[in-house]
Amino acid sequence: MSFKIASSPHQHIQKTTAQLMKLVALAAVPGIAVQAYFFGYGVLIQLLLAIITALLCEAAVLALRGKKVKAKLLDHSALVTALLLAVAIPSYAPWWLVVIGTAFAIIVVKQLYGGLGNNLFNPAMAAYVLLLVSFPLPMTSWLPAAPLQQQSLSPADAVCTIFTNFSCSGYSISQLRQDADGISMATPLDTLKTDLSQGYTTEESMKKPVFGWLSGEGWFWVNLAYLLGGLFLLQQKVIQWRIPVAVLGSLFGFSLIAWLLSPDTNASPLFQLFSGATMLAAFFIATDPVSASTTEKGRLIFGALIGGLAFVIRSYGGYPDAFAFAVMLANMTVPLIDYYTQPRTYGHKSKGAR
Amino acid sequence: MEASVVENKMNQYQELVRQGLWKNNPGLVQLLGLCPLLAVTNSLASALGLGLATMLVLLSTNTVVSLIRNYVPNEIRIPVFVMVIASVVTVIELLMHAFMYNLYQALGIFIPLIVTNCIVIGRAEAFASKNAVAPAAFDGLMMGTGFALVLCTLGAVREVIGSGTLFAGADLLLGDWAKVLTIHLYQADNQFLLAILPPGAFLVMGFLIAGKNAVDARIAAKAKPVEQKISRARVTHVST
Repeated sequence: MSFKIASSPHQHIQKTTAQLMKLVALAAVPGIAVQAYFFGYGVLIQLLLAIITALLCEAAVLALRGKKVKAKLLDHSALVTALLLAVAIPSYAPWWLVVIGTAFAIIVVKQLYGGLGNNLFNPAMAAYVLLLVSFPLPMTSWLPAAPLQQQSLSPADAVCTIFTNFSCSGYSISQLRQDADGISMATPLDTLKTDLSQGYTTEESMKKPVFGWLSGEGWFWVNLAYLLGGLFLLQQKVIQWRIPVAVLGSLFGFSLIAWLLSPDTNASPLFQLFSGATMLAAFFIATDPVSASTTEKGRLIFGALIGGLAFVIRSYGGYPDAFAFAVMLANMTVPLIDYYTQPRTYGHKSKGAR
Repeated sequence: MEASVVENKMNQYQELVRQGLWKNNPGLVQLLGLCPLLAVTNSLASALGLGLATMLVLLSTNTVVSLIRNYVPNEIRIPVFVMVIASVVTVIELLMHAFMYNLYQALGIFIPLIVTNCIVIGRAEAFASKNAVAPAAFDGLMMGTGFALVLCTLGAVREVIGSGTLFAGADLLLGDWAKVLTIHLYQADNQFLLAILPPGAFLVMGFLIAGKNAVDARIAAKAKPVEQKISRARVTHVST
């Protein structure tokens, strides 16, 4: 089965859904590897948990709905959903977090809407929002990048922390997050947001150790790796350039204006591009063929909307990073965008020239 | 003759029970009064409080509307019904203010908002204004009970998932002795906040409606053995 994402004419040689999904998973590998290096092996365990949960839930619901279980499981779409959620949540979050999230993504957001191709919202992001709203504390407990960690964590520590909330040597998550002075370190975006609200300037805030070259310590490399994976997807023609370029372009544009107007209270545009989930969202999440816009003009609008919303929520909202909310809000507008950007049918005049 | 009239009446009341509690349930089928339904059901105690208040309002308004149905000119019946409903709700609000002050504070704006609850005006217009006092009052009671049951189910599910307790705050509703009714099911470090927040209400409500539909489908499948009906389609043209 192949999931058609193009409008007519339909005579393309299309990759099957399974091939596309496999390529997406493959393209995420460098990002996951860099994430595992900087933020701990926990991300691999999260991945494993998420994939197992996703496949079990998908199989169970497909069986309940009387569909062909094996054929649908092998399209690997559940795998990609699980992957995106697993890399989005903190590496050392307790195990039930990713299990609840993946089960919600697959059962409620994807299958209850009718399965692959029918879901209005991006399953991984809807689940991320569910978790963030329900469990704000564990969902924001990112460890600082490896060079800043006071205790080095082995793979065994990752297992201990995820399943018992304490590392094998008995440190809790909040202890692991502390620096030498016993102060918890937040993510760069979170630190910047807190500092700005306390009246520091951007420059003063950026002197803290969580910030590295250009963006956060470690976060720059994670984003660069996902950028590489995204370029690979573009080269393989799994995704088209419009959505990622629109997302990054509008985020860059908005933050450039804000930064030029007031450099003391806004992060630089490059910081925005290489912080948090920017690259992952632009290339892997916003380009979801089901919940994104399908017309060419529509994709530009859709991407620009995500970038703009992400900038607004990052700068003025209550959460440090914003892509899950931005993607979900943009998903809601997709039917409208698609309606107004329908391409001219061959042989018909365009609406304006009537 | 006498017996059949009694039987007819029994049937009518049975039908009212069935309509109010299941077939035409205001919460699950008519989807009326969603605003309080979703807003106050974050705990069983407040759900029960608002459920009882709404039931009392429905019972009283249906009775009064039925009593005055022959004296109200058809053209102005809606304003008259609204005034009846507003007065009844005011009475109940004042009573709760006097005797259940804590619950009154917990429910807040949603007690006066019963006035705008579509179930109340809906039953007044659809049933009470066309029927005698006794069936009208009974209909109000049953519709109110159906609504209260949905409220309580929602409240119980959301409270168990969200805070791990059942019937916390029962003392606000029933007095100090009711503290023993509170059940602590589990103590979680992280509460499932979404269940208590409004999106949780929509999600649980969706699952409740789906559950009711599933039960209905099962009943329908049991009741009707599949009839083998052979239908023939005429394929040849019939000239007339």
